[in-house]
Amino acid sequence: MTPLLAIGPGTLAVDRLVAAVTEADGDTPGSNGAVVTFLGLVRNHNVGRRVQFLEYEAYDPLALKAFERISGEVQTRWPGVRLALHHRTGRLEIGEASVAIAAASPHRADAYAACRYTIERVKQIAPVWKREFFDGGDVWIEGAVADPSDETARAEAERTACA
Amino acid sequence: MRVTVRLFARLREIAGTAEMARDVAAGATIGGLWRDLVRDCPALEPYERSISSAVNEDYARMDTELREGDDVAFLPPVSGG
Repeated sequence: MTPLLAIGPGTLAVDRLVAAVTEADGDTPGSNGAVVTFLGLVRNHNVGRRVQFLEYEAYDPLALKAFERISGEVQTRWPGVRLALHHRTGRLEIGEASVAIAAASPHRADAYAACRYTIERVKQIAPVWKREFFDGGDVWIEGAVADPSDETARAEAERTACA
Repeated sequence: MRVTVRLFARLREIAGTAEMARDVAAGATIGGLWRDLVRDCPALEPYERSISSAVNEDYARMDTELREGDDVAFLPPVSGG
């Protein structure tokens, strides 16, 4: 049974997330009209650097709680949506998936919005860090100051999702 | 009283350790603990305004008072996805 929320070193398979959001216990079979999926991939270039590989580090128990928070926000904003979110850690090669999201919904608009909202929130509040190894060196990438209670940031993610 | 400190990513590298035990005074806050760490390791200072913190695996504000045995984490800006 694939968990809806997960973080760890295992490779990601989007079909398992799709199954998890569409075959959940208690759902009326066939009630979903859409599943939107997102895969984040390791890119071979970043701000002019040739990337060799990435290493992801996470604070796993806090990351799972952040995922639960994001999932709760999705339920509140899009009540019919069922969400799965997996993030990978450790060394990832070019082209491998670092994050996978699946959002199932009776209607496609909510599934698209929930999926986009989820990746925006992951980037805002998930305690995960990527270290980029490129031709000539390596650097920790530092993005958002994580603050789950920052409503301005949350609203920005919702605006992006609904644009 | 004694607490555990966890450091992640660049903070871990600067300090040279992922985890340490620290003694703090009764009534100390997360922010006070951070300032103690910066005194011992001044290279952490540039993160003063961009760290997040957690206590016992939940995000917490810097003015949170610590208790004996707390597990405190300091987090640099995140970059998941």
